[in-house]
Amino acid sequence: METFMTIIAGILFTVGTYLALSKSLLRIILGTAIFAHATHLMLLTIAGLKQGAAPLLGEQSGTYTDPLPQALILTSIVISFALTAYFLVLGYRAYIELGTDDMDKLRGEEHE
Amino acid sequence: MNNLVVFPILLPVLSGMIMFLFRDNIRLQKWISIIGLSGALVTSLFLVNANMNDGIQVLQVGGWEAPFGISLVADMLASLLVSTSSIVSLACLIYAFHSTDKQRERHYTYPLIMLLVCGVNGSFLTGDLFNLFVFFEVMLIASYVLLSLGGSKTQLRESIKYVAINIISSMLFIVAIAYLYGVVGTLNMAHLSERVAEIGQDGMITTISLMFLLVFGLKAALFLYFWLPGSYSSPPAAVSAIFAALLTKVGIYTILRMFTLVFYHHTAVTHNLMIWLAGLTMLFGAFGAVSQWNVRKILAYNVIIAVGFIVVGIGLNNAAALTGTLFYLVHDMIAKALIFILGGAMISIAGTHKLREISGLISHHPLLGWLFFLSALALAGVPPFSGFVGKLMILQGGVEKEFYAIVSISLVTSLLVLYSVMKIFIHGFWGETILSEDEEKSTGKGILIPGSILAAFIIALGLGADWALIYIDQAVEVLMNPSLYIEAVYSKS
Repeated sequence: METFMTIIAGILFTVGTYLALSKSLLRIILGTAIFAHATHLMLLTIAGLKQGAAPLLGEQSGTYTDPLPQALILTSIVISFALTAYFLVLGYRAYIELGTDDMDKLRGEEHE
Repeated sequence: MNNLVVFPILLPVLSGMIMFLFRDNIRLQKWISIIGLSGALVTSLFLVNANMNDGIQVLQVGGWEAPFGISLVADMLASLLVSTSSIVSLACLIYAFHSTDKQRERHYTYPLIMLLVCGVNGSFLTGDLFNLFVFFEVMLIASYVLLSLGGSKTQLRESIKYVAINIISSMLFIVAIAYLYGVVGTLNMAHLSERVAEIGQDGMITTISLMFLLVFGLKAALFLYFWLPGSYSSPPAAVSAIFAALLTKVGIYTILRMFTLVFYHHTAVTHNLMIWLAGLTMLFGAFGAVSQWNVRKILAYNVIIAVGFIVVGIGLNNAAALTGTLFYLVHDMIAKALIFILGGAMISIAGTHKLREISGLISHHPLLGWLFFLSALALAGVPPFSGFVGKLMILQGGVEKEFYAIVSISLVTSLLVLYSVMKIFIHGFWGETILSEDEEKSTGKGILIPGSILAAFIIALGLGADWALIYIDQAVEVLMNPSLYIEAVYSKS
């Protein structure tokens, strides 16, 4: 299962990087969002997937699942959702103000 | 256990949250922000004092013991940086009172500044890698909004790049954290240091450390600085002064912390790479600063040069260089804020940022002119101002380690720094006065209080260097002996 998850995360990283390198602003924003998902999948996988009981003291199980990656992911997901929402609004506003979503045209003039 | 440690984080965030409730009462917002930041300053000075008398101050949040809970650690380095950041942000806030327009004030500029300070202070104080990430994000999100607030075309264009780069680098930060957790199974910095020392820093951990260097290098503008000149020169002057003084310094602090506490076993790979990257950063930054004729761009490139210089000190990693690094770090936070505030006042008076169109400001604004002259000298490291001591000690550390090439690059770039800021002084303040007092776009009065506070600190740090070195030596002692830090975090008292 870990191998499968790692491959999925790798594919998502590839897709995210490809999108983030494109010219259109919307594609870049979606690229960062997919990049974030890849990161979260990797964070979940790297400490090992569910192997034992829930990490509660009363369970009396031989093995427990490591609770830390899940706590980390929760924080990270919240942050990345907020950032994606903010980035979408920023991109929309920039499109309205500047009249383009082509990154080549957003370079700025040479002598301003 | 010492609850004092949490106050420099808690006071800015609480006052910021209260200020959100009083959207229309700008006067009240100003008072609350001053009180909140002064509180943070006073508590951080208490922390410096407590460090001097009783050693490192630690708070295990919620009473959970060290490797399991979250620790806030205020050693001398963190306390000094927190005090400096409080002083600097207080000065920038006072300048913001005079220079921010009504629209921006109504749209929460001051609460956002408070949240930014909370993120910065939190990053300095935390002893846990994931909390570092969270405080980084608090700081960055506040900076995104401050950067784009106002919505002018330049601002929007530059914020898109800034936000995109920082989102990618934050995600890479999590990837690096995940790898490190996968290998050593902990995120508490003291515990990390112990585990890495136990299993030895093999190739895997060195690779992870290089990934951290990439991430922190992006935040600190170490070599990967291409996003900085545009984004630091587009927001209002008070905001870019805070950015220049604090944001890159947090990246530098985390490099300093991680590479003296955790990844200090293989200096041949990591620290040498850092030195050469820093050398290139200084060179390219200097070329940028010399080539520009836009006042704000010249100042932004100076931020990059300083980053390179400080990281050289971290890479050299001996007692002399680290002492110099800390001294220069504290000096640079104050000097950068001062020169950005003065540059902002200059632009608001002249109404343009093109240096060729500004001339002879000194006849109506002697104080502004001489403060600018003073901070230009301090920035380039001319004695008796504060830049000199730090620069001298870093160079001394470089000579001890026989990195003569880097020492000469540093000296040459210091001259170029002096040239680039003197260019502003000569073209902007000397020469024929082209604007009469009626034609000026603003009076430039707001710089008086923050400018003299910061200038006083620069002079005091330069003349009272012996006194300041007592504190900095103690901070360096902790950096040179990670065991002091680890023991303090694990002690139960």
